[in-house]
Amino acid sequence: MIDLKDVSKTFTLHNQGSAVIEVVNDVSLSVAPGECVALTGASGAGKSTLMRMIYGNYLTQAGSIRIGDVDIVQAEPRAVIALRREVLGYVSQFLRVVPRVPTLEVVAEPLRAVGVSAGAAEARAAALLEKLNIPQRLWSLSPTTFSGGEQQRVNIARGFAHAYPAMLLDEPTASLDATNREVVLSLIEEAKASGVAIIGIFHDEAARARVCDREIDVSAFTPGVAA
Amino acid sequence: MSADLSPLLSVKGISKYYGAHIGCADVSFDLYPGEVMGIVGESGSGKSTLLNCMAGHLAPDAGEVVFDTRADGPKDTVTMSEPERRMLGRTDWAFVHQHARDGLRMGVSAGGNVGERLMAVGERHYGDIRGKATDWLGRVEIDADRIDDRPTTFSGGMQQRLQIARNLVTGPRLVFMDEPTGGLDVSVQARLLDLLRGLVRDMGLSAIIVTHDLAVVRLLADRLMVMKSGRVVESGLTDQVLDDPQHAYSQLLVSSVLQV
Amino acid sequence: MTEYNFAYLDEQTKRMIRRAILKGLAIPGYQVPFASREMPMPYGWGTGGVQVSAAVLTPEDRFKVIDQGADDTTNAVSIRSFFERTAGVATTTTTSEASVIQTRHRVPEEALTEDQILVYQVPIPEPLRFLEPRESETRKMHSLEEYGLMHVKLYEDIARHGHIATSYAYPVKVEGRYVMDPSPIPKFDNPKLGNMPAIQLFGAGREQRIYALPPYTQVVSLDFEDHPFEASKADHSCGLCGATDSYLDEVITDDQGGRMFVCSDTDYCEGRRAAGFFGEMSAENPSAPTMTTQRNLEFQT
Repeated sequence: MIDLKDVSKTFTLHNQGSAVIEVVNDVSLSVAPGECVALTGASGAGKSTLMRMIYGNYLTQAGSIRIGDVDIVQAEPRAVIALRREVLGYVSQFLRVVPRVPTLEVVAEPLRAVGVSAGAAEARAAALLEKLNIPQRLWSLSPTTFSGGEQQRVNIARGFAHAYPAMLLDEPTASLDATNREVVLSLIEEAKASGVAIIGIFHDEAARARVCDREIDVSAFTPGVAA
Repeated sequence: MSADLSPLLSVKGISKYYGAHIGCADVSFDLYPGEVMGIVGESGSGKSTLLNCMAGHLAPDAGEVVFDTRADGPKDTVTMSEPERRMLGRTDWAFVHQHARDGLRMGVSAGGNVGERLMAVGERHYGDIRGKATDWLGRVEIDADRIDDRPTTFSGGMQQRLQIARNLVTGPRLVFMDEPTGGLDVSVQARLLDLLRGLVRDMGLSAIIVTHDLAVVRLLADRLMVMKSGRVVESGLTDQVLDDPQHAYSQLLVSSVLQV
Repeated sequence: MTEYNFAYLDEQTKRMIRRAILKGLAIPGYQVPFASREMPMPYGWGTGGVQVSAAVLTPEDRFKVIDQGADDTTNAVSIRSFFERTAGVATTTTTSEASVIQTRHRVPEEALTEDQILVYQVPIPEPLRFLEPRESETRKMHSLEEYGLMHVKLYEDIARHGHIATSYAYPVKVEGRYVMDPSPIPKFDNPKLGNMPAIQLFGAGREQRIYALPPYTQVVSLDFEDHPFEASKADHSCGLCGATDSYLDEVITDDQGGRMFVCSDTDYCEGRRAAGFFGEMSAENPSAPTMTTQRNLEFQT
């Protein structure tokens, strides 16, 4: 489902003496439907960069990144947008939303974007928020005022609202208490069982061990860091 | 997926010179139905010149602006007759000015402002026009009992929302926006952006937004073009251009924004 | 008489004005620019109408001037005597006898014929001016037939007053093409403009515009489907001649709130009274408290 072939990325800092920083080099990996792969490696090894490249958020200089039959590296912006809307989900560590929009709508939005009716989308959103223990009295408020943990859970609810065939998870269990951590892990397991291909970054080793089928050490692709 | 649709707007090699000075040079891109594109750059980068060339307010010196018209399919709006282009301006196109007073009739009531486009395309039933105006005031969060008040009695944010209602009442397919949140308080900006986002999604609008505010494009635009000295120096997915800018100028632009 | 060219203006100027008139007749409702001359009267006194009259008058014409329907106001009297002196033409106050009628703010009640020309004095010829002050833009709107703005004005009326409150200078559309200001005539007169056998010429001196309606032109007053145009007048009959179908002026008769309604078209009213009609306040009506008796009463007290 997710296929990376000979992928490389450099940053050129034009305003800092045109310094060129190689971040990752010659990455090849593939994730099958129903499989969950963990990216590991020390901080700064390029785990998050690689995730962002797969999502099309960072530009890839060489190689190909195929999600289904779309190559993110070559795709037109609108193809990437369509892919993100329908196929590829991304749960980041930080919630980025328009101020003023109620939590329920924030969570329902990915479903509305793929054409689900407002009623059905909000029902699904409500179920997820309930599962993640967000009190109902907060649903009509904007999540911008919530605590860090609450924002993280809203973010996860939003990420899991639509059943994407492929998902990227960046520290989905960080800053969660035991109960909610358990809910998130079971959401991941359900997704795997339904055939979702997942790439994740988990610092929580127990969580990693429980949901991940394989680990890939990104340090191996990091120029200058590789052993 | 919408990959098989044809572009709503196809801009080909648009150039505009002011004497020896470049307004904008050789700009080309396609905009597809439902897409929102942001154009960013500093003052004098040519983004407003480009917008005005596309919207028919300025005649470009070279290039085509091909719009997929409802009646006749793709047509170059630069060479089409003026009546035809002005008709587009009242029906399928909308233009939201930075200063609401440029886009509103300040001596006419809110209802009359919203109703004007309807009357311009031939609606002649007062009750219907008023009904639609009332509905649109609601959609842009203006109380219905302000319908007979003049925009001079409105706050800046309300004026801007009224301008948007006035523009969208005829169900356009393409909206040009010139710094739509410029000059508004930050809290008012957020409300306006939220409103615009909802309208764009619900109406399936395509939009071209010129702004120097990167936060605006991050929230509203799918795609981004960065302009400098009249030329496009970088374009791509909005979050990609903002998070991983490639061109020196884009990097400078992004790094110049204060983080909050 | 000999110190002036016929009808005051020189022949070149009259020719220029006639060209503008002919163009106006060829494009009904279209405002034709013309080089308006200084006239020996102030702007607002009918300089546009006077120039048009001067350009169409011939020595054989019989000329009538009405101001708000009346032949005997200062404005009407002075324009009439102006052409008596400068053109030596015959004048009349009788509508049916006149071949050229210059008017300010009224259309005569009596139907005009193909042998007559009606010349309107126009203060502001541009009907779109109220909402769009830019002349460059209004000309473009006319040329591209973008008339939505005209209805915005009517919309504002209804929104503010519950009905179309515009009661004079009510905009019309000519032959389905140009929107035209009929000059500040009461909207009661609007229906008379359409299909009129006489030629109608409009002259705006200060604004330097001439426009025209050839005989039998279609003229439609703008309106909304649910607020149709109504040619309204005061809901009374003429106090002097009893006419129920003529446009009425309200006349205050004393300072105790006494008032009466009389025909604004003085010639029409006199004609009816001469034919034996009388209203409830006319002296010929024995049952009416006449103005004369009232005045007498005041003297007695």
